[in-house]
This record gives sequence, structure tokens and C-alpha cells, in this order.
Amino acid sequence: MALVTPDNHGLRLWTRYAVLLLVAVIFIFPLLFMAMSSLKPDQQLLSDTNSLRAFLPVGDISFQNYSDAFDRAPIGVFVMNSVLITGATVLLTLFVCSLAAFSFVFLDWAGRGLIFSVLLATLIVPYESIFIPMLLMVSQLPWIGFEGLEWGWLNTYRVQIIPFIADGLTIFLFVQYFKDLPRELIEASRVEGASWWMIYRRVVMPLSGPVIATAAILKFLFMYNQYLWPLMVVQAEEIRPVMVGLGYFTDQLNVPWGEVMAYLTIITIPVLAFYLSLQRMFIASVASTGVKG
Amino acid sequence: MASKLTRSNRAGWLMALPGAGLIATFIILPFFLAFAFSLTNQRLVSPNPTEYVGFENYSDLLGLAVFTLEPERDEAGNAVIKDGEIQYPRLRNFTRRNPDYPHLQGKREWFSWQSGENRTVVLASDVVFMRALVNTFLFVLVVAQVQSGIALGLALLINQKLRGISFFWAVYFMPVVVSIIVVSILWKFIYSPGDGLLNSLLSWLTFGAFSGIDWLGNTATALPSIMAMSIWQGVGFHMVIWLAGLQTISPTLYEAAEIEGSSKWQTFRYVTWPGLRNTAVLILIVITMQAFALFAQIDVMTSGGPLDSTQVLVFQAVERGYGKQDISGGSTISVILFLIVLCISILQRWLTREKT
Repeated sequence: MALVTPDNHGLRLWTRYAVLLLVAVIFIFPLLFMAMSSLKPDQQLLSDTNSLRAFLPVGDISFQNYSDAFDRAPIGVFVMNSVLITGATVLLTLFVCSLAAFSFVFLDWAGRGLIFSVLLATLIVPYESIFIPMLLMVSQLPWIGFEGLEWGWLNTYRVQIIPFIADGLTIFLFVQYFKDLPRELIEASRVEGASWWMIYRRVVMPLSGPVIATAAILKFLFMYNQYLWPLMVVQAEEIRPVMVGLGYFTDQLNVPWGEVMAYLTIITIPVLAFYLSLQRMFIASVASTGVKG
Repeated sequence: MASKLTRSNRAGWLMALPGAGLIATFIILPFFLAFAFSLTNQRLVSPNPTEYVGFENYSDLLGLAVFTLEPERDEAGNAVIKDGEIQYPRLRNFTRRNPDYPHLQGKREWFSWQSGENRTVVLASDVVFMRALVNTFLFVLVVAQVQSGIALGLALLINQKLRGISFFWAVYFMPVVVSIIVVSILWKFIYSPGDGLLNSLLSWLTFGAFSGIDWLGNTATALPSIMAMSIWQGVGFHMVIWLAGLQTISPTLYEAAEIEGSSKWQTFRYVTWPGLRNTAVLILIVITMQAFALFAQIDVMTSGGPLDSTQVLVFQAVERGYGKQDISGGSTISVILFLIVLCISILQRWLTREKT
């Protein structure tokens, strides 16, 4: 085997970085285009696409698009709605799914195996294949509100939250993680007389940081980026999430592209920031699944 | 009998109940409702009562017929040729209230080919749905192969010990966290005709020889353009799954390969690839399911056009179930979509079981 000389190695290292960088450019340029375009007037935005100027903050640069976008649509309301809907769903999901998984793994009860296999079977049902019947279903579901019994869930927060709290994948993730926890720990607590609820709260959940992070991140992405479902069930402006709010800009006869770019930047930056700050956690959870396999 | 309930039974049920109940209500129930609605004429809002219609919705979508048109003949029995083309009787003579051809009633031409003097026509009850079906399969087939391949390439590229590699890791994964809606709008600029970003780049690379294409406005390029964009967005996710798989391969195997003096390709072929078998199965299933759900890209970029060249199943289901408030029609497409996904996952599982 020919050994690599130090000189040669330097050159190869350089090519490696060049390849890595080229691929990175492919993944980053549309986002760069978005951020730069949001600073330009419509005319310049459209004409800049024929050169590298599309990716540079050159020409007539200002934050005008941002203030225009805020004038056109209640962006603050949309963002708050998305935060509320996503946040509530993530929290409820973590609680409900981890509790169910705890029951499946540590408790012995009649029908456990059957119910768990049914839940696993739902993994191959795509949401897109049940949204249409669910649309009719939620339009007729009852709800007990402040004014007593009411019918129909359309145009509410609950219709955007409750259907997505429990899902087979999240339960499965928790089950996989719980299975690897030392059972002696749970049995010891049981012998000491702790209730199942206490074991769940005090023993199992504090040990489950990595799987909680993974489940939360997956649910967050799914919820924040939801489009089809809110498009169908939400008409009222006050409860619209950000992705549907985009219609305020794109449904115009003359689409104000600068404002669109400003809006896209506003709704994307928080997600990217969130992702970049949690990135280590993500790598760790991926690495941990690797070690297990 | 309450006395038979052990403490564990009661606690177990109580803890599983919220999750299982919600899944039963919001996944399993709508799933069965889809089957039920598909056999009726259910609408979102309707003054008329809902009626059971049997498999009418299915035959309205899936009805196919093959029909051979014979040329019109003159008295001598020769085919009539006008302007160099053989003349055929009009198709609608057979498809509109022709008592001799009840199975052709209401069907329209999907495609046809020439066989000798005759022209063979394939008719479909719902041509748009048929296009959606074919496009969806095409999309899944191409995206599953290409995306998993590129994802593996990226995983191998990024699975090396280099200073600053985590930066590239972060960047490659970035499109995954960006909403597909945002991505679709951005890519409309890349694909826009004339001076769009892609056209400008290609023109610059070919020193101006390349004349612009209207990527999304052309029936030949619209679906491939959406495929390319979808791959760009999703590939980082599957790269991560491949990476997790790569890290399960024992380093001692690589050391052994190095001692044996195997080439890079041999190492990949005999060490890396066999170790990735399970990951490959997982990735194929995940990508296939995601690809079948294709909707947002179509809705934002083409609305199924031009000339139905980007119609897909979920878009059709939504257009009917929500757009036209035809719950039964939308549900029928949903059931068909589900059955396809089910068949493919069974097939994938069966294929991989044989090999291991």
C-alpha cells in the first residue's frame, strides 16, 4: 500500500474541504437568497436573479419590506398562534406519549400486547390519507366550552392541537428508550413502596433527557411546519398559524416579493436559531441510537 | 369484574389511556371513516341525506377500458386518408350514450397508440386521477432511489474526522428544518423562466449557449424540477439516518480491511454496505412514505399544472375533499393512497426478509 506523503496529504485535505464547501453552498444558497432579497425593493430583487448580486446585500438596501409586511398582515398574531399551537402540542405529546410508553414497558396489564401492536400498525397510516375524513369528523365533534356544550371544532385552537398529541412514532421512540433503562431501578422503587406515578415522575422521566429532546424536536418541526391541515380547518385570522398566514402575501394579484421574502425570513430564522442551538443534542441522540444498534 | 383488576392492571390502563384514546379517535377512527365514506356520496355540507353507493366512487376513479378504433372505410373497404392521416370515427360516438358500448359510457381518452391501420385507445373514467396516480409513482420511484443514494454519499463524505466537520453537518441538515412551504417559494425563484437563478447559472456555465427554460411551466420539466427540490430538502434527514447506521459498524472491521490491504471500494463493498443493510431498509420505507404524501410543493409551485403534469394523489384528494367539499371522493383517493402505501411496505418487508 502506497503511503500518503505529507505533501500529498495537504493537497488531499484541501480538496476534501473544497468538496465539502461546494456541497454546503448547494444547501445554503436558497436561504441566503431569501435573507438578501428581503432587504431589496421588488424591482431590484427580481432583476438581481441574473447574477451573483442575488446573494449579496448590494444596491438599495433597507428594512422597508419588513415594515410593509407588518402593515399588510398581523404577523405578530400568526407567530404567537404558531408558538402557542406548537408549544402546547409538544408539551402534551411528551407527557401523553411517555406515559403510555411507560405503561407499555413497565406495567403488566390485560390487552397490553394487542393495543401496542395496533398502535405500531398506525405508523404506516400517513396523516395525508386521513385528513379528508377527519375534516368531516372534526366539523361535528362536540366540545364543552364556557357556554356549555357546543358542536364543531372548525376554526379553533383545539382542532390544531388535540389530533396531533398522540402518535405511534413518539410512543415507539419512548418505548425503545425505556426498554434500555435498568429494570432493577424500577423494581427497587416498587419494593420501597413508590406508586407507578411516582416512579414515572421521579425515576424514569429524569433519566430520559435524550429521548425527550428527540421527540420534542421531531414534534416541533412537524407542528411548526404544518400546512395542509390548518389550511383546511382554519379560516379565522385570529387563530391562523404562520404557514397559512403566507396566503396574505402570495394570494395578491401583484405578489409583493420583497415582503414575501421578509415574511419567510421572519418565520424561518427562529426555527434555524432553535435548530442551531440544539444541534449538539440532536447529534448526541443520533449517536446514541447508533451505539445501541 | 372489578375484583380481578390487579393494581397494575388499573394503573396500566389509566396511563396508556390518554395516548391510546387519542390515537383511536384521531388516527384509527378517521382511517375507518375513510373506508366508510368511500362507499357513500358523503359531502361536507349537504341538504340531502347521505346514501350508500357501493363501489361507485372507486369505479369513477379507477375505471379503465381498452378500445380499438378501426379506420373509416370507403366503399372499396380502404381506409380513408385525409391530409396524410388515417381518419377514425369520433371517439365520443362510442362513449356518449351508445347502447352498444355501455362499458365506455362517460370515459375519456387517456392515451393511444397506432397498431397497423387501427388505433388502440386506452380510456379512463377519470383521466386526471390516472395522471395523478402515474405521477405519484414516478415521483416515489425516482425520489426514493436518488435521495437515498445521495444521502448515503453525503453521509460517507461527512463521516470523516476533520476539523470543523460539525459545521458542514449543520449546514447539510439545515433544509430539513426549514418548512417545505418556504422552500417551495424560494425554489420558484430558482426555477423561474428567463433570468431565474438556475437559468442564469446554466447560461453562465455554458458561456451563454444555454437559453432559458420555464422549468415549472413545461410539462417535461415540471415534475423533475419538483423532484429535485424535494430531494434537496429531504436529503439531510436521511443522511443522518445513514450516519447512525455507519456508526454501528465496528471499527475493528475497518482495521481488518486495512490490514488485508483492501481498496476503498472493496472496503465499502464488503464492510460498509453489508453493515448498512438494516439502515437501507428503514430509509427506503421512510422515504417512500414521505414521498407518497407529496402535497405542499405542488400546491405552492404548480397547482398540478401545466396540463396535469404535476397532479399527484394527495393534491387530488384535497382538491376534491376540501376544494369541492366532496368528502366521499377525497376519502376514496385517501383509501387508494393508503392501500398503495400498505402494499409497498409489505413488499419491501418481504423482499428484505428473503435476503437476510
